[in-house]
Amino acid sequence: MKQETFENRYQHDWQAFEALLEQLEKRQSPSVVQFASHYRRICHYLALAKARTYSPQLQAQLESMVLRGHQQLYNRRTQFLYNSIQFIVLKFPALLRENWRFFWLATALFYLPGLVIFLAIQWDPNIVYTIMNPHQVTEYESMYDPALRHLGRERQSDTDIFMFGFYIWNNVGIAFKTFAGGILFTIGSLFFLLFNGVFFGAFASHIVNVGYQSTFFPFVVGHGAFELTAITIAGAAGIKMGYSLLAPGNLSRLDALKQSTKVAVQLLLGAAFLLVIAAFVEAFWSSSTLLTPTIKYIVGGLFWLVVAGYLTQGGKGYAT
Amino acid sequence: MQRLDSQIVIETPEGISLPLTPAGPGVRILAFLIDAIIRYAIVFAVFLVLQFFGDIGSGIGLIAMFLFEWFYPVFFDIFRHGVTPGKKSFNLRVIHDDGTPICFSSSVVRNLLRVADFLPSFYILGVLCMMSNRRFQRLGDLAAGTLVVYDSPSPQFAESRIEGSQPFPAPLNWQQQQAIIQFSERCNTLSEARQQELANLLTPITQDRDQAAVNTLLRVANGILGRQ
Repeated sequence: MKQETFENRYQHDWQAFEALLEQLEKRQSPSVVQFASHYRRICHYLALAKARTYSPQLQAQLESMVLRGHQQLYNRRTQFLYNSIQFIVLKFPALLRENWRFFWLATALFYLPGLVIFLAIQWDPNIVYTIMNPHQVTEYESMYDPALRHLGRERQSDTDIFMFGFYIWNNVGIAFKTFAGGILFTIGSLFFLLFNGVFFGAFASHIVNVGYQSTFFPFVVGHGAFELTAITIAGAAGIKMGYSLLAPGNLSRLDALKQSTKVAVQLLLGAAFLLVIAAFVEAFWSSSTLLTPTIKYIVGGLFWLVVAGYLTQGGKGYAT
Repeated sequence: MQRLDSQIVIETPEGISLPLTPAGPGVRILAFLIDAIIRYAIVFAVFLVLQFFGDIGSGIGLIAMFLFEWFYPVFFDIFRHGVTPGKKSFNLRVIHDDGTPICFSSSVVRNLLRVADFLPSFYILGVLCMMSNRRFQRLGDLAAGTLVVYDSPSPQFAESRIEGSQPFPAPLNWQQQQAIIQFSERCNTLSEARQQELANLLTPITQDRDQAAVNTLLRVANGILGRQ
């Protein structure tokens, strides 16, 4: 068949398809029932045009239609809210248990160096100055001075919302960086976990040395359940991503990276969810000066149990 | 076949090969800068308005800043099919490397990993990575399996400028036929002198010179395409 005859015979079909595409691209809801078969017909025209070596321009026109159709046919439209809830309730804890090795590795990397530094500073208080400079030490000390009426960063009690925003911006950002650094063959995640663990251990130990524990520990125990766990999960996700580059197994490094990242990013989103809760608790609960330390210890302990229960029991039997 | 241009070909489940043109570092940096300017302008405007609401306003502003810093491209990837305003101005689009539209989790991966691409500073690692593979993927693209490609606009048919058809004085194989068709389709984009220069290459066979040679080739093309 000559090209001109071909064009004349099928032109109206192509125009109809383009009209359909335009509707779909604008998210109007046309009758999409016949879209798939129509799309396959266009693919067929393109194959014919190529096999018969019709002009490049005709081929290009059909190709662009196929490309647009491909984008519409394979578009993944998901129920965002339903999927999010299902993810939080079932999938995330199940996925985390599946990757327990990375989780415990990250947890060890975060807490053990912190514990070592804590004990070292108990033994010789001056070691704190090898980790923080004196200016930082006094600045952080002033946050937890029992003589002051507020807790945490300097503020009034009616600025809880400001602190909520600050914690979201700062802490979730740190978690994202802890994760992203993992792509450099796990090095970035290892660094952030060790750095934060050491810093936290040093600071906690110093607070004990200056005798401010009555304000510091009741403050951190509540949101710590969510925040510290989330940071280790973000680190675990980053290590998983980097580890796939170090030990890709039977896959190419690129394919191994893609596969592990699919899981790792879900762990990270779960961690971000925990961090939002942490920011909320830290801004509205931990900072309250009306509650006695005993109440804070009890509720804080409950939070740790809730997190542990959620991560060990949530989504049991859910196939990821 | 080794190609000179940067085009790559992906195969769809229907057995069709689709050509895609990945966008290089230069144009992507420019698109990134436009997006960065838009992002900072919006965040600045948000803070300007929220400052009237005291600390509550600043708190909400910080959350807005967080969302814009990390999720501005994700928003456009999901709701605008991978076209941010910066990309739109250069006709670019993010897609999966199998040609399908980008989805939420891939978008989150490629945008969070910007942190790694930024290292040691000013996206040096990202640009080096882009320059070291054929598809111009940065680290985030590699991990998420995404590509930034040129959005090809639907091509327009050039008007046939001449009536009638005639056979070529010698037999033509299909490659030669293709060459003549391509000449007729591109004629409108060439200067008259260049058209004639090209057509004159065939003078020994067609015996025509200058405009007559061009017209002869256009009529031959009409004949091959089946136009009357």
